[in-house]
Amino acid sequence: MTLVNEKRPSLARRVNRQLRYYSPTIAVAVGVLLLWEVIVLLFDIQQFLLPKPSAIFGEFMLQVNLWLAPDEGSLLFEASGATFWEAFGGFVIGCGGGILMALITSRWTIISEATMPFAIAANSVPIIAFAPIMNNWFGITNPASKMAIVAIIVFFPTMINTVRGLTLVDAGQLELMQSYAAKPSRIMFSLRIPNALPYIFSALRVASALSLIGAVVAEFFGGPRATLGVYITQEAGAFDFAKAWTAIMMASLIGIGFYLAVLLLERRLMPWHVSFREVG
Amino acid sequence: MSAEQSVVIAAQGVNKIFNPGTDEEVIALQDINLNVDSGEFISLVGPSGCGKSTLMRLLADLLQPSSGDLLINGKSPRAARLDRDYGMVFQAATLYDWRSVTKNVQLPLEVMGYAKDVRQKRAREMLEMVELSAFAEHYPWQLSGGMQQRVSIARALAFDPSILLMDEPFGALDEFTRERMNMELLRIWEQTGKTIIFVTHSISEAIFLSNRIVVMSPRPGRITKIVNNDLPYPRDFKTRGDPAYHNMVAEVRELLRDAIGSGSPGAARVPSPPHQE
Repeated sequence: MTLVNEKRPSLARRVNRQLRYYSPTIAVAVGVLLLWEVIVLLFDIQQFLLPKPSAIFGEFMLQVNLWLAPDEGSLLFEASGATFWEAFGGFVIGCGGGILMALITSRWTIISEATMPFAIAANSVPIIAFAPIMNNWFGITNPASKMAIVAIIVFFPTMINTVRGLTLVDAGQLELMQSYAAKPSRIMFSLRIPNALPYIFSALRVASALSLIGAVVAEFFGGPRATLGVYITQEAGAFDFAKAWTAIMMASLIGIGFYLAVLLLERRLMPWHVSFREVG
Repeated sequence: MSAEQSVVIAAQGVNKIFNPGTDEEVIALQDINLNVDSGEFISLVGPSGCGKSTLMRLLADLLQPSSGDLLINGKSPRAARLDRDYGMVFQAATLYDWRSVTKNVQLPLEVMGYAKDVRQKRAREMLEMVELSAFAEHYPWQLSGGMQQRVSIARALAFDPSILLMDEPFGALDEFTRERMNMELLRIWEQTGKTIIFVTHSISEAIFLSNRIVVMSPRPGRITKIVNNDLPYPRDFKTRGDPAYHNMVAEVRELLRDAIGSGSPGAARVPSPPHQE
């Protein structure tokens, strides 16, 4: 029981500890990039098959300069922004809808039992196949068509996980509430929802990755020029692979950013959870 | 304690049958008659399957009897539950992971709509009683099993119910912790004057704690005998060395052996006797 009143280690020690913790990861990343560069040079691989990391980075810096220049603009950054909003909008609508739907269905068991099989079935359908249909419904250049795809993709896993979290409550913890003669609404807010938080966040983490995939792949089926999916297909079609790779890189960065944002929110909302307990 | 109005629990001819009329019909409790007076400490002992937990759940209105009369404070168990006449302590501490220790103790008070300052004051008092004041802001996972169970007792007492229902509360603890918890529970009982119904597997625990021991036997679950325990209170570590205590243990063990002998073969065995000093 000594772990709580321990003094926080000094900043220098914490930075040092973090560095030591992450150094293997950094070493692997640098190693892979170096190996990639060497292999491309050594086997004289054509740039349209696999560009060198240095070439991709050069192209990226060029776009950064264009983006920062006062009168110029960077198509890459414009595309990144557009795709980000599609993914983010779809994520918010889909996850919000999924959680809301779960709250409604778990309140009335009948609805839950009637809808869950469909939700689970829908969850195994390749939603992305509907992208051309959404393009017809909302218009190919309308961001709503991509948002709709993202929203549908993230809706089902979020809903299913939330329903699980709301219903898989420890029997003893539930009986405790019953022994207090607690109202259903009180059980919902004081037990079911806190119990569901870990389930919801594991769904949101998956959804954060899915939303980027959904947005970019939906754009492969057509969209405005300034979106990452279209950018990748066009540059790849024009054999400008360094450019295509910068777009892939941007999509990855946005995806990682999403994931980290969810993780941060998770830490704030449930610091008690087992995954955040400091050991030792 | 013979006054009529002091009867807290009155069970008459209570039966509980699970899955009646099917192949899986189980007579969990048969013809249970039991009166408990205010301020008594009653233990229910018996092997697995004797229905002691079922009886506890009937008292708590988590199950309903199939037939017979069951009154708690002169009311139906349901009315007693709605009036919050009893607090429950389970084998698992069933603390809410996302609440700090003090917030866990305040949970019943929140549900029952007490004002914030009252809640905090009560939680402070209860934690002081179970000697966990220093851990008020800790989370359950930071506590040992025994400490968690003490929080759970503090929580059950927070809203000052007249009855404490305890279902094998110390069953998951090691022998040393269990003995310490027994002493603490006796101290709390003497301090608060609650009526306690205590389910346990352990004969020695039942005898150390209670003033009456309800010996139960399985298949079908029924009361074999109600044993009066006249060992004087306050009891402490010396009680466990008292020959009268050992005689009681032997007597109850004999009763349990007979009870199981009369049940169908294959019935659960009596728990092995605890080592005696």
